[in-house]
Amino acid sequence: MPAQINAVADQINSVILGKSQQIRLAIACLLARGHLLIEDIPGVGKTTLAHAIATSLGLKFQRIQFTSDLLPADILGVSVYNRDSGIFEFHPGPVFTNVVLADEVNRATPRAQSALLEAMEENQVTTEGETRPLPRPFFVIATQNPSHQIGTFPLPESQLDRFLMRIELGYPDAEAERALLNGVDRRDLLGRLQPRLDAEGLAEVQRQVQQVHAAPALLDYLQALINYTRQTPHFEHGLSPRAALAMLHGARAWAYMDDRSHIVPEDLQTVLPAIVAHRLSPAGDIGGASRSELVARLLQQVAIP
Amino acid sequence: MVSLPTTLNTRVIGSRDIAWLSAGFLLACVPHLLRMPVWISLLTIAVAGGRLLQLRMRGKSVPKWLLILIAVSASAGILLQYRTLFGRDAGVALLVVMLALKLLETRTQRDGMLLGFLCCFLLVTNFLHSQTIPTAAYMLGCAWLLIACLINMQYTGPWPGWRPSVRRAGILIVQGVPLMLVLFLLFPRIQGPLWGLPQDAYAGLSGLSDNMSPGSLNSLILSDAIAFRASFNGNIPEPKDLYWRGPVLWDYDGRTWTAPRIVQSTNDLPDIKPQIEYTVTLEPHNKRWLFALEFPGMKPPRSIATLDMQLLSFTPVRSRVRYEMVSSIGVAYGADDDQSMLSRNLRLPPETNPRTSAYADELRKKFPDDRNLVGEVLARFRNENFVYTLSPPLLGEHPVDEFLFETRRGFCEHYASAFTVLMRAAGIPARVVTGYLGGEINPVGEYILVRQADAHAWVEVWLKNTGWVRVDPTAAVSPARVERGIASALPRSDVLPMFVRGDFALLQRMRLTLDSVTYTWNQWVLGYTPDRQRRFLSYIGFSEATWQTLAFILMVCAGVAILIGAGFALRDLRGVREDAVKKIYDKFCRKLTRHGLQRDVAEGPLDFARRAGQRLPDFAAAIQEITALYIALRYGGDAKAASMQIFRQRADKFSVK
Repeated sequence: MPAQINAVADQINSVILGKSQQIRLAIACLLARGHLLIEDIPGVGKTTLAHAIATSLGLKFQRIQFTSDLLPADILGVSVYNRDSGIFEFHPGPVFTNVVLADEVNRATPRAQSALLEAMEENQVTTEGETRPLPRPFFVIATQNPSHQIGTFPLPESQLDRFLMRIELGYPDAEAERALLNGVDRRDLLGRLQPRLDAEGLAEVQRQVQQVHAAPALLDYLQALINYTRQTPHFEHGLSPRAALAMLHGARAWAYMDDRSHIVPEDLQTVLPAIVAHRLSPAGDIGGASRSELVARLLQQVAIP
Repeated sequence: MVSLPTTLNTRVIGSRDIAWLSAGFLLACVPHLLRMPVWISLLTIAVAGGRLLQLRMRGKSVPKWLLILIAVSASAGILLQYRTLFGRDAGVALLVVMLALKLLETRTQRDGMLLGFLCCFLLVTNFLHSQTIPTAAYMLGCAWLLIACLINMQYTGPWPGWRPSVRRAGILIVQGVPLMLVLFLLFPRIQGPLWGLPQDAYAGLSGLSDNMSPGSLNSLILSDAIAFRASFNGNIPEPKDLYWRGPVLWDYDGRTWTAPRIVQSTNDLPDIKPQIEYTVTLEPHNKRWLFALEFPGMKPPRSIATLDMQLLSFTPVRSRVRYEMVSSIGVAYGADDDQSMLSRNLRLPPETNPRTSAYADELRKKFPDDRNLVGEVLARFRNENFVYTLSPPLLGEHPVDEFLFETRRGFCEHYASAFTVLMRAAGIPARVVTGYLGGEINPVGEYILVRQADAHAWVEVWLKNTGWVRVDPTAAVSPARVERGIASALPRSDVLPMFVRGDFALLQRMRLTLDSVTYTWNQWVLGYTPDRQRRFLSYIGFSEATWQTLAFILMVCAGVAILIGAGFALRDLRGVREDAVKKIYDKFCRKLTRHGLQRDVAEGPLDFARRAGQRLPDFAAAIQEITALYIALRYGGDAKAASMQIFRQRADKFSVK
């Protein structure tokens, strides 16, 4: 099965050039049943990546462009009166799909954001007093612009916490960029992508990821990392138990993609920045380190037991 | 798992921590505040109070320039007050004021920790003033609070209340007890100024002086301060034999008796059996006299004996000293003193006390024998209407005349002075001896407690073929003074210090018990001198230990303690007990360390193997294999996937050649 996942990764790599690590992280996030947040400036391929993942995994895909006038009903759906039958009929919104691409999620108002975030947490939608389950699997891939850009509503910490991973794409290197400039249009490429997996296959992979073994020594290391954030004064808050679970699931997915039946400390170290960077903030305002510095400190200071 | 922050940090501490610190600081300096000039105490309280008020009102912080201004003017004030910034009093005052100002600017954890430790230092300076049990107890309490305060500052999360910190501080103090004992017993004690108190520590010590004029003993009688304590090997002598000899006064100018500046020393001390053996613990009095019963049979260490049987220490007694002594009671000495010395003891200022001189001539005619003359004068004191009182009338130009023939009311110094003048006028060499008489027997501790109130003056006269003999005219006037102590000799209307009269039996008993505890404390804690330390060390097998040897022993002890502590701490830091697999892997890593491949604490086994393989390509395969086995054993889920034996074998056999 890991071979299929690697085929998915390879296919996405042919569309998004020079970003294999980020692509693997994004796939690991979905294998760990987590939602993914991609944060970067416009134009580096966030939307393309989300689209490519959904297509390659053979999932139904819907895209919602978040704007400041987006309403919850635009996401969840509305009931419309049907004159023929004389009853209200529910017209499901774009959220009823396998993969939702919430594009520029931080441009919408908190009200619209929260409609989506509720769906993420509960895997169901409640409108007009009726609860409707969402299809399985259900992923949200949200993209957002760096929060200091004009016209954004930054996601609050509690909502950031619901994304298992947050990745940044960054500029491609010169070689990849030249290949991009020489190559065909990316949109055409997207249309030609073949699904390498289907919903059942993905569910099976996810089940196998859950089987990946986490030895006591590895859990010791995980707890040491968590405790470091709770006990040293550099961090505003320590990592939550939810973050600890996210680290474990993320490391499992990574180990699975590396074709291993158990996690090694390197798996945890590799997925750690994507999982914890958006959950940590530096303590106080004096000499505060940036989030990436905090994560680097965490990785350097905590000894592997 | 405990991870320590690498640097003391600049985290801002809360107002609760500041309040605790303020309380600790104020408590630590309360004894100083009571001693220091009022303006310094008020400034300190005002600054500390201001900090608390500022916390409460959430006021703005004090600007830097104002702090500097206060600091500079306070230093100038202290300089003006003491004329120096050094020494005990000025130094402590400076420390107190500066700490108060530091409190004012303390905001971060680093400042707080610094202030906490400095308060501990300030606490220790209390010992420069007082080393009593209550002081020690008070300081222990303060130290407890300060340690709790330091612990409090370490919490970054929610505060668990004061109990855990206080409990932990208590545990720390108890854990410190063995260390304290080792340091107390072994820390090298060097006799001399190295550990001495600053010079100004001795102002205000009371005691006998080298001169006596009417009224000078009087002030001592009103002091219940302790002069010394003495414990006897055997029975305590009778009260009438307890003449503790101090300064001997030779010269008289018509009003004041003075001790000679220089007296020849002697090694010829009376050695007449039976001798009484005892130990004296002398309170510091900043003079050189060491007190002993008449007459001393030996010299304490570091002292000399003089021809007139005074014991003088080489240096002024500035700390409590303890010496062993033997004395022969009821003997005379100096029968062969030469004429020049005797004639000095006959000298009287000319044209003073004419009536006394006339009376002496008259006596001389009547009693050619010296002994009879002395007896006659004593009989006169006894039979004529002389009164022993602490409040005698003032005396004029011829004090002895007035006293002998008019007022007839006086105190031991009057009697001693008058008697000596009378003897000298009659041609018998005589001099005044001052010291202490009697003392209070403490049945709880079985020792004698001598207070300043027991100060006394008596006379010794030189009789041909016998030598110097003690005569106490006060005994003739008031036998009770000699036999039952000062309190019974004085009329009840005379004012005496509270503890000298034994009016309240229960109070008396409590006081004696308390003093007995203090005596033990002085003997064993404060009296742990270099000498005692040497004896203790030879007892445990280090005879002839110099302080260098001591320092060595101490360093070895400290080294062992630190190693043990570090071992525990390291084990704590690692957090998890290492299993066998990990041990073998660590050993394998150490083999690679010798080739410049140090595994970082946070470096995973795969990463390390990759790095090692690049560095030592010839061994890459072996390293990969061992690493794979390690990972399978330690992180793998399948117990049968790898063999412990193979892993151990491969790792043991591995070597880079």
